[in-house]
Amino acid sequence: MTEQRSKPTGYVVAGVPHAAAIKLAVIDIKPGEVVCTVPFDPRFVGNPETGVVHGGIVTALLDNACGIAVSSRTRQFGQIATLDLRIDYMKPANAGADIYAFAECYKVTRNIAFVRGIAYHDDRSDPIATCAAAFMLGTKSDKGVNLPPKEGG
Amino acid sequence: MEVLRRAFQEGMRPDPQALVDSIPYCQFLGIKIDRKGTEITTILPYAEHLIGNPILPALHGGVIGAFMEVTAIVQIAFETSGPSLAKPVDITIDYLRSGRPVDTYGRAHITKQGKRVINVHVEAWQEEHTKPIAALRGHFLVAGED
Repeated sequence: MTEQRSKPTGYVVAGVPHAAAIKLAVIDIKPGEVVCTVPFDPRFVGNPETGVVHGGIVTALLDNACGIAVSSRTRQFGQIATLDLRIDYMKPANAGADIYAFAECYKVTRNIAFVRGIAYHDDRSDPIATCAAAFMLGTKSDKGVNLPPKEGG
Repeated sequence: MEVLRRAFQEGMRPDPQALVDSIPYCQFLGIKIDRKGTEITTILPYAEHLIGNPILPALHGGVIGAFMEVTAIVQIAFETSGPSLAKPVDITIDYLRSGRPVDTYGRAHITKQGKRVINVHVEAWQEEHTKPIAALRGHFLVAGED
């Protein structure tokens, strides 16, 4: 499966300092589903001998992608908290290559949202890592800051 | 990794501070080591670029996870004195409290050491060790290919 590589929307992540620091960008979003990317950066290397990006970058990318997937479905922007995140690492990222993440919020209950995600280079069926996460909804934090501009006006 | 190989050849424990200093991503996060004898505490000094929720404000969950992953890898390198870095197979992160904009500390405990796979438990805390902000449990591969 080849990805649509549309221009980054810049939405949501602009207000998140760490997302900005790793240049995380949303490239596709619809309610409950998101595709994000982190470009390769030599500062993110975890093993200087192989040039492979550290697993922590994959963790940050998947965590953020899962959070956006939940927000895009529940519209509780900034009012969710990660309960847990499990990541399975299938293979190291390729040195020098950008990493993509697809996250899908597949179930929402009154209090909890369940999400799964995949990190990959070009092909979702050849994952770098997969994850499953649960988020607490309606935590007291902000008042819906980060709400995206309304579509179509 | 030169730091690990040299320690391995000399039959010594690797210097954990030299290890994190040689990993670009650890420098990006700003991770430091406090070593007292064989007890290692990793330190994530607060920095603005680690924030995930600027309203609370709170540290980015991915940063806390990455920090605990580094804590695990450093502890494995220190205890096993192997010639290469351990690779994560799977990790489960429990987020227990929001990470406030202050320094964070981490300590890892090897639960079971097998020939190829090591089971590790990590805790991260801020002011009070008894009030962890997150915990990680994971398996890491220490030998062989993939």
